[in-house]
Amino acid sequence: MADTVVAHGADHGAHHTTTGLSNNKLGMWVFLGSECLLFGGLISTYMLYRGRANAGPQPDQIYDIPFTSVSSFVLLMSSLTMVLAVSAANRKDDRNTNLWLTVTAVLGATFVGGQVYEFTAFYREGLGFTTSLFGSSFYTLTGFHGVHVTVGIIMLMALVGMVRRNRIPGSKAETVELVGLYWHFVDIIWIVIFTLVYLIPS
Amino acid sequence: MAIIERPSTEIAVAGGATVGVKPSEALGVFKRPAASNSWRDWIVTVDHKKLGIMYGVAAFAFFIIGGVEALLIRLQLMGPDGKVLSADQYNQMFTMHATTMVFLFVMPMVSAFANYFIPLQIGARDVAFPRINAFGFWCWLFGGIFLNTSWFLGGAADGGWFMYAPNSSTLFSPSHGVDFWVLGLQITGIASLTGAINLIVTVLNMRAPGMKLMRMPIFTWMALVVQFLLLFAMPVITVALFLLSFQRTFDATFFDVAAGADPLLWQHLFWIFGHPEVYILILPSFGIVSEVIPVFSKKPLFGYPIVAMSGAAIGFVGWGVWAHHMFASGLGPVSVAVFSMATMAIAVPTGVKIVNWVMTMWGGKLKFSVAMLFAIGLVVQFTIGGLSGVTHSVAPSDTQQTDTYYIVAHFHYVLFGGAIFGLFAGFYYWWPKMFRKQLNEGLGQWNFWLMVIGMNMTFGPMHILGLQGQPRRMGVWTEARAGEGFFNIGFWNMIASIGSLILAVGVLLFIINIVYTHKSKRVPIAPLDPWDARSLEWMTSSPPAEHNFDAIPAINHLDEFFHRKYAEDPTTHEIKQVATAEEVLADMNAHPDEHIHMPSRSYWPILVALALPIICYGLIYNRLLMAVGAAFLLLTMFGWAMEPSTAPDDDFDPPAPSEGGGHTKELAPLG
Ligand code: HEM
Ligand SMILES: [Cu+2]
Repeated sequence: MADTVVAHGADHGAHHTTTGLSNNKLGMWVFLGSECLLFGGLISTYMLYRGRANAGPQPDQIYDIPFTSVSSFVLLMSSLTMVLAVSAANRKDDRNTNLWLTVTAVLGATFVGGQVYEFTAFYREGLGFTTSLFGSSFYTLTGFHGVHVTVGIIMLMALVGMVRRNRIPGSKAETVELVGLYWHFVDIIWIVIFTLVYLIPS
Repeated sequence: MAIIERPSTEIAVAGGATVGVKPSEALGVFKRPAASNSWRDWIVTVDHKKLGIMYGVAAFAFFIIGGVEALLIRLQLMGPDGKVLSADQYNQMFTMHATTMVFLFVMPMVSAFANYFIPLQIGARDVAFPRINAFGFWCWLFGGIFLNTSWFLGGAADGGWFMYAPNSSTLFSPSHGVDFWVLGLQITGIASLTGAINLIVTVLNMRAPGMKLMRMPIFTWMALVVQFLLLFAMPVITVALFLLSFQRTFDATFFDVAAGADPLLWQHLFWIFGHPEVYILILPSFGIVSEVIPVFSKKPLFGYPIVAMSGAAIGFVGWGVWAHHMFASGLGPVSVAVFSMATMAIAVPTGVKIVNWVMTMWGGKLKFSVAMLFAIGLVVQFTIGGLSGVTHSVAPSDTQQTDTYYIVAHFHYVLFGGAIFGLFAGFYYWWPKMFRKQLNEGLGQWNFWLMVIGMNMTFGPMHILGLQGQPRRMGVWTEARAGEGFFNIGFWNMIASIGSLILAVGVLLFIINIVYTHKSKRVPIAPLDPWDARSLEWMTSSPPAEHNFDAIPAINHLDEFFHRKYAEDPTTHEIKQVATAEEVLADMNAHPDEHIHMPSRSYWPILVALALPIICYGLIYNRLLMAVGAAFLLLTMFGWAMEPSTAPDDDFDPPAPSEGGGHTKELAPLG
């Protein structure tokens, strides 16, 4: 997302914008606004259907709250390490930037791993994608979130590679910050999902 | 002339010799494409004006396809016991007609205007994300083609444009038509989303100095509101489409009533998208007529801030009325009452705009050019459609009207009489800007009047048909139940079908007009400012150079261009012309910007977009093909990420040392 029209003379490279925010950053904010509605639709579908399991297990029969709490905690911690990565990037400290980006990706991968484990466990207990309305909407909602985390991990890994080889067009700190925005967003969405899906009984 | 530096394989310098300048090998797989004049340039272009033209041409092609589908429907209903189409074909025909007109004609035609004119109207050189802009175009085009290939692959979708589930599940619609529909709309949806992000950032971030929000032309305003509507409405239909395709492809249970599913889920999701969608279709046309009417009335727009704000208000309230499409579905009295009131309320900001247009014309020096005629056509016909809309905001009355031809009459008055008339006003108004020639006014008059007559003959009688009880989406009617005398539905169906043929001739005249204008030697090059216009897009050459403005203008007024041409005489207080358009332009370009680097062309947008239909065909037919498509997608996205958006500085043509020492030469031919 680093396309800009460059008109440069004296101020080579410094892009002037009307709002003062760079195009990329504003674009990311706008995109995340749209994502809110995507998850809004998915969450509403789940809330409508969570009590409707005509076949297979009910939600409270299979949720393993302690397990999911731990993996949620891991994901939350990854937001912290992401903040550390952004601040290192602001200090132009490539080594620590890469370190914290990697840690963030590992924490994210741990969360996704936990989700894969959880899905297989639920499947064994009899909750398939097609078993009930609850099953379909649970897997769809959490699956979409998992895909978002995975995309985030890919972006983090790509970023590590690009920082190492100095291949980032434009400002490094800003690129890290952009990925950070996305990552925090995905985390916040998880807090909402965790609360609504797991903690509040149907 | 400004110095435009751009990567180019060869540049001619004075004297005819060529100096080779090699664009560096792009990082990634391909060499970055250089500027050229061949057709290939259209494939790799990231120029918002070229993309605008491409949107326009392709959308018009779909308009013709959708129009033929409509004519087949009208032929089928022309007489009793129609035999033109089978019941099955009839279902596909009305589904694809609506889908094509909404998603493949009006929406992309709006993108065409928005792409072309937003940067010009706000004084920018391009959009915020030029490559993403190109990607959006290719997504939309490939999605549209993908959707239409279903005709040859076992039949198109047949569930109506709102595709109510569970009626659209495999049990009731076993062909692949609905799969094509769902996946095709997902692909075009990506185009809408990326387009929205791109244009929102462009308008918010790339305005010329002094171009405050309240100095922006109304077209830009309305297009901005529409982009926000798209931004928030597209994800909702995306969710609905995912649920439906999971149901059809992976046996999910979302709409499986036997498993306890709620059949209203789809309706809610669809209309939460669907009602904002109708404003997505109409607001840009409101914007266009808000440009056209002041120019041909020789007056500023009456109540500019009110027009801008009522557009924004429509955008807001438009989110709270979706359930008026579901009055007959058993929502319960409270919901029905609330949505009924909200729907009545939304007619208010709409009415406000109509008052503004009329007041603008009031006392003006009206010039009835074809663009103006189409704008007035919108005002009148949209008002009729808005009034029938208010009649179905009254829930008890709507219970009689819903699913009858009365609804069909309503939405064609607002969509054809409104949205499409607005687009035609835009064609006639902006044609000389985009193509240097003015469309013929004489042919245009015929074009306009045939369309008005055809439109009202086709859709006017549908009010009567609907109130007589003719249901929508019924492929045949019989003489035995056609009724008597004035209300005989046979008579009115015949009138409507004849009207549709007149309408088709009207549209045909538009095409003839284009051909005539560009083929005939007698049509002269249009003057720079043929209409004595008011806004910024006219303050540059026609068609604008690739970089739009040699010097970015500083903005001091709403209607900046007008204020540069006209000034008030301090003693007599008369408005007098002080400069011609040419003089304004010369003045502005006296000090061109130097070193303008435009974004570079790229192969990646079209390649990434190409991966999407491959994946979708794979999803329908063959999982291996899907894997191939996915791999292609990953590779091309990697290639994109590795290519910087602007070529490195040493790729650009070095400024030629000219004799005077100043930068006076434009170095590369305009692509
Ligand atoms: C004055 C403002 C408007 C009001 C009060 C209004 C009201 C309504 C209502 C209540 C319905 C549902 C009727 C039914 O299905 O029983 C409806 C349908 C419809 N309206 Fe409007 N409307 C307005 C403006 C518009 C505009 C501006 C457009 C598009 C440009 C539009 C397009 C449609 C379409 C396409 C449908 C039919 C959807 C379908 O069932 O397929 N309306 N309108
Ligand atoms: Cu509506």
